Amino acid sequence: MKEQFPALIVTVPLLSSFIVSISGWVRRSLCFYITLSVLILINIFSFSILNQVICSGVIQYRLGGWEPPWGIAYHIDHLNALMLCVISVVSLLNLISTKKAVERDMEEKRGAFYTLYALMITGLLGITITGDAFNLYVLLEIASLTGYGLIAIGEDRAVLSSLNYLYMGTIGACFYLLGIGYLYIVTGSLNMVDISHILPSLYNSKAVMVAFVICMVGLWIKMALFPLHGWLPNAYTHAYASSSSLIAPLMTKVMVYVMLRVMFSIFTPDYIFRYINPGRMIVWLSISAIFFGAVMALSQKNIKRMFTFIIVSEIGYMVGGAWIGNRVALTGCIFHMVNDALMTLGAFLFLGILSHNNIDETFDGIKGLTKRMPFTMGAFILCALSFIGVPPTSGFFSKWYLLLGAMDAGYYGFMLALIVSSLINVILFFRIIEAAYFYGHDASEIREAELFELVPLFMVVAIILIVGLLNAELVQYIIDPAIPKMII
Amino acid sequence: MNGIVSIRPLLAILVSLCITPLLASSRNSNIREAWTFFAATLKFLIVVSMLPVILRGKDISFTVVHIMPGLSISLRVDALGMIFAIVSSSLWIITSAYSIGYMRGLKEHSQTRYFCFFALAMSATIGVAFSANLITMYMFYEMLSFATYPLVTHHQDEEARISGRKYLAYIVGGSIGLVLPAMLICYGTVGSLDFVPGGLLPPETTRGMAIVLLLFFLFGFAKVAIMPFHAWLPAAMVAPTPVSALLHAVAVVKVGAFCIIRVITQVLGKEILSLHNLNLLICLIASITILVGSLIALSQDEFKRRLAFSTISQLSYIVLGVALLNPKAFIGASCHIAMHAFGKITLFFCAGNVFVATGIKHISKMRGIGKRMPITMLAFFIGSLSVIGLPPTGGFFSKWYLLLGTINVHSDIFLAVLLISSLLNAAYFLPIVYDAFFCPEEESQFEGGIKEAPLWCLIPTVLCALGSIGLFFFPEIFLKLSKIALNLIGL
Repeated sequence: MKEQFPALIVTVPLLSSFIVSISGWVRRSLCFYITLSVLILINIFSFSILNQVICSGVIQYRLGGWEPPWGIAYHIDHLNALMLCVISVVSLLNLISTKKAVERDMEEKRGAFYTLYALMITGLLGITITGDAFNLYVLLEIASLTGYGLIAIGEDRAVLSSLNYLYMGTIGACFYLLGIGYLYIVTGSLNMVDISHILPSLYNSKAVMVAFVICMVGLWIKMALFPLHGWLPNAYTHAYASSSSLIAPLMTKVMVYVMLRVMFSIFTPDYIFRYINPGRMIVWLSISAIFFGAVMALSQKNIKRMFTFIIVSEIGYMVGGAWIGNRVALTGCIFHMVNDALMTLGAFLFLGILSHNNIDETFDGIKGLTKRMPFTMGAFILCALSFIGVPPTSGFFSKWYLLLGAMDAGYYGFMLALIVSSLINVILFFRIIEAAYFYGHDASEIREAELFELVPLFMVVAIILIVGLLNAELVQYIIDPAIPKMII
Repeated sequence: MNGIVSIRPLLAILVSLCITPLLASSRNSNIREAWTFFAATLKFLIVVSMLPVILRGKDISFTVVHIMPGLSISLRVDALGMIFAIVSSSLWIITSAYSIGYMRGLKEHSQTRYFCFFALAMSATIGVAFSANLITMYMFYEMLSFATYPLVTHHQDEEARISGRKYLAYIVGGSIGLVLPAMLICYGTVGSLDFVPGGLLPPETTRGMAIVLLLFFLFGFAKVAIMPFHAWLPAAMVAPTPVSALLHAVAVVKVGAFCIIRVITQVLGKEILSLHNLNLLICLIASITILVGSLIALSQDEFKRRLAFSTISQLSYIVLGVALLNPKAFIGASCHIAMHAFGKITLFFCAGNVFVATGIKHISKMRGIGKRMPITMLAFFIGSLSVIGLPPTGGFFSKWYLLLGTINVHSDIFLAVLLISSLLNAAYFLPIVYDAFFCPEEESQFEGGIKEAPLWCLIPTVLCALGSIGLFFFPEIFLKLSKIALNLIGL
């Protein structure tokens, strides 16, 4: 049974989406429980896969028993397994937290929402687990299309934002497809491991370089790396909280994962750091992303919109970490991918609680919140400390690795960007805390959020603290083996 | 080094951390205060229980988690940390009592929040005292910054908001903007952040690197309030007086001074500093702060602001004492942590007593107050003697050793700085006492009759004043600990 988990983890949510869809016609209240049980199953699957990978190394799985390179093969290493766990945990916590909000916001469309939810998870898990470059594209489209749908359910302006996202996202995905097409022409293969074996003899080929560049640009559009981020702020701001708190933590981070996969599994560290070596340029790009995101975040009046720019800034952290090209920075990059998913989830769950309690997501709206919702605010403040990078929250340690890696490689600009952005984060978060703490504190009595909203939020905070304290184990057993051995 | 492994340092930190949920959920304010006392006493007892081991010259260590090679969250109790831990944990008990009198006397709002964050701040303070390496110290330092923010801004009005911003800007800005990069540089060059007697950095560190690291640490640990990074301290005086007393005369600022001692003696090290004459640079910066701080204090009319500037100047005594790199001066500096703490907390308590009893915040309105509040003003007199450094108070010892240190290194300038500053201390404290007791009848701003502050306020004040006197007669414990610390560090 255990060896079939890699197939089940994709097929179960895929098939369940049909059932959810049908039950949406029959009994709407069932949709939530079906999705919930599927996500619990997925958590079991992904942690069991992670356990297998840690204990016995890389898992090779052939879908339908077809031999690669003809059939689709899964090649699950530590990085895949880690991302699977992140996706399943985030989606489960979010599902529980948003139950009531979904009931209220989209009474009629609940069936559709949960169908899209399950499909999106299918797409994200599939992207993460697959070892086939074309299969990845297919699942990328599944995740994106459902994402467009989930965003479009939102407020009035969400439809337009979603359309904008759709244009940009489709262009990005097409770029990626084009790159894979180039690779297929020169190598005749779509299996990642296979391609990486064939490529070394073709390193001097211009087609390979073009393929690489196109793939990268496509992925940068999808992950909203500055200056290709234009679609993100509107799309996330106008979506309903229940959608955005699923998409914001996961979508961009999974795209960072795909970038790492393309960099190291399809192309090799040898190729990207020795043959074409665009590292310096891309790190500067990420530095500008960090600064741009931070400055734009400073100028926002809407808190949700502010967070979308923080995401833009954080993407800069990860891309920069990946392209510095040493082991320490890459550790930081992967670690930050996990952290950022958790912290963003925490922040967006907080926003979800606000919108569910009819609190405006502006600095005026949250006045008196420390008095009114002390627990929610407390959890949020711990999340904020992780964003700022205060030990022992996990945000500090990933930042520490990133800074250390940047210093080793001599990227002082990147170090400066990280430190300045931490300082700007202090300002950003304390503006929220100030607004909640100083004004209207004498007004209202305690009206705390409901338990099912609080528990996931506190789970997120607990995970952030635990990951922070146990980061040595995380790095030693999961992140370090996930990095190619060639990188020093 | 011969040491023992024990979980006790961690327990000492966790006591007040674990008590916060109990504080927060207490329905009755008496039960809440009982929990505070319980935690404070327990913490003090745990700290004292480690004293015999330390006095035997051993240390107690405990590793919480490993982070990466050469880096761990770990605790180590040594003599220097012990001095600081004893002072802050014992004064927490007294301040808790004072807090009850003050907060209830003024009917302050959100007292539960106040006591919770107070407990958190004490955890962080003990954490800094018992840190075994820079990263652990940094962690608790940051924890202290964020735990004290709600205390500083307790009144939640516009003034508190502005002061809170200033507080965070200086302290968090310094720690993230300067200390974090300095730690990275250290770790990048040495591969470890442990405190090492004689200095963590290799002796061949270049002059430029040493200067950068020194300035980053010195100004980055902004809690020590070295000029020009001092402006947060007077601003933070908007806090309720017990907060100013314990946190801004003992815990927070001494955490800053403590971090500087650690950095100077156990990270940068004597060798590097004296090789490049950098200790003179530190002494110079500290001397400027001492003199300018005292001069500004002279001109302050608001009671707590005068005390704040006095604190700024006294903190730099500690920095100066360590930077002289002389055994006598080091003993003076480490004792000054304790002696100044008792003296200054007395003064703050007196300021609080005056405010609770009369609502007066300004010195110019306190003429003749000695007849109204004789006990408070007597305590104030003792406290100011201690801060000036006159017998029969504990402050005499630390200043005596500091002066001896300057004579030992034949530095007339710094000797003069200390003496002038003592005169200035006398000039800004003693007139208050004189006017309080000996102003002519017709100039007195108070009618006759004794009307003291509540007992909960008065008793802690008297205790602290007696403590200052007691330290003159029984300074052995701190002197002995200082000498052990000196042996371990090896100046």
